[in-house]
Amino acid sequence: MSSHTQHEQTGGFEPKIVAFVCNWCTYAGADLAGTSRMEYKPNVRIIKLPCTGRIDPLFIIKAFEKGADGVLVSGCHPGDCHYTTGNYHARRRWIAFKNLMDFVGIDSQRLHFSWVSASEAIKWVDLVNNITDEVKKLGPFVEYKSLGDRQ
Amino acid sequence: MENQLRQKAKELLEKGDVKVVIGYGWNKRKTHTTPVFITKPEDVDKLVFNPLCVNNLSLYLTRKFADIKALGKPAIVAKGCDIKTIAVLISESQLKREDVVILGMSCNGVVYRQELWKSGTDFKSVPADIMPTKCHNCDVRNPHIADIIIGEEVNFTPPDTPAGMVFDKIRDLDKKSGEERWGFWIEHFNRCIKCYACRQICPLCYCERCIAEKNMPQWIETSAHPRGNLAWNLKRAMDLAGRCTFCGECERACPVNIPLNLVNQKLALVVKDAFGHRAGYDEKVHPPMIIFNMEDTEDFIK
Ligand code: SF4
Ligand code: SF4
Ligand code: FES
Repeated sequence: MSSHTQHEQTGGFEPKIVAFVCNWCTYAGADLAGTSRMEYKPNVRIIKLPCTGRIDPLFIIKAFEKGADGVLVSGCHPGDCHYTTGNYHARRRWIAFKNLMDFVGIDSQRLHFSWVSASEAIKWVDLVNNITDEVKKLGPFVEYKSLGDRQ
Repeated sequence: MENQLRQKAKELLEKGDVKVVIGYGWNKRKTHTTPVFITKPEDVDKLVFNPLCVNNLSLYLTRKFADIKALGKPAIVAKGCDIKTIAVLISESQLKREDVVILGMSCNGVVYRQELWKSGTDFKSVPADIMPTKCHNCDVRNPHIADIIIGEEVNFTPPDTPAGMVFDKIRDLDKKSGEERWGFWIEHFNRCIKCYACRQICPLCYCERCIAEKNMPQWIETSAHPRGNLAWNLKRAMDLAGRCTFCGECERACPVNIPLNLVNQKLALVVKDAFGHRAGYDEKVHPPMIIFNMEDTEDFIK
């Protein structure tokens, strides 16, 4: 399957982070970071959904299957959802899903949740930088990637 | 108790109150019980009730069984734990309360391994060590929702902290490192052969088309590969969060003995802690995963 990104020059491991974000807040926040020419770690791959309520746990599982080393899920702050309550529903789902992932032994440092509004470009930049560093320290998600390999 | 059951079933069928009684009967060799569908009053003697009546018959109330629905209004022989599943089905609009007559059975616990229970033994004295975990903690031995209660009142107080193998193992796993837990689950999920028996037997897995069968796009790999096995088992557990009533049928049906009760009950504990909800006690409240509370915890959200 897909292997992690190697930077030839440094030989260091560069994690792949997949970010599932909602269109109205976090995507706009990330966009603001871009248009404001803020620099941040290029490890994140953004996938835009209409709302956090649209993010099925299977998306996260699929991301890990396809070689993600870390996943970030982010949307509007409570009260700010474009569809009023999508993020409240999402939050419930995350509570269950996060506990399930913990229970099967997936490191909680590989799965992050956040609220980032359209104006919080700085928060987005810090978040991505921090998560990238954290996952970098953990190294590639070999446990998941090697599922099915013969020992 | 069986006489009382047969009598009531007969009355219901004779009066035309119901068209079919879904219950338990003996298999040919009388080694275990099997679901029976009684439509004629003269057949009610086929009905039995004993500690080998393990199946959760509420499965037959779901849309998976259109042929049984077609028979007309059913009465169902149900233990307290089975009634919990009926309550969830009602709360999810799969069924109306008035569309089924519940024959609630007073229960003293069941036995999965029939060789351990000698028929003829007094039903009241099923030894605790051969009962499944759910019976150790059962607070519905006297059915909580029923039209007719069959049998005498049972005196039993479940322990305050859930006891038994399933809960001991959950506590044990919680204490382990993530790495050890991963090892434990991957070893179990690797054995999955994708037969979907867990889904087929679960009364709450009633979708007409399961995500596991969708291939445009394909979310869950169809082959029995560890990657897809993990995805399937996580998705199955997740979709039963806040709904699973711990009837234990999925684990009983699993041909490779994946301890599904562990993952189901772990999530049940999480849902109880986080949302104060226990599935199957009240058919009038919404399942917790379709509602929310403004005050839900978000200490893990940055
Ligand atoms: S859980 Fe309760 S009602 Fe169900 S079989 Fe056990 S004792 Fe009977
Ligand atoms: S998931 Fe298993 S224990 Fe839970 S309701 Fe379905 S069959 Fe019963
Ligand atoms: S639109 Fe952003 S969370 Fe619903």
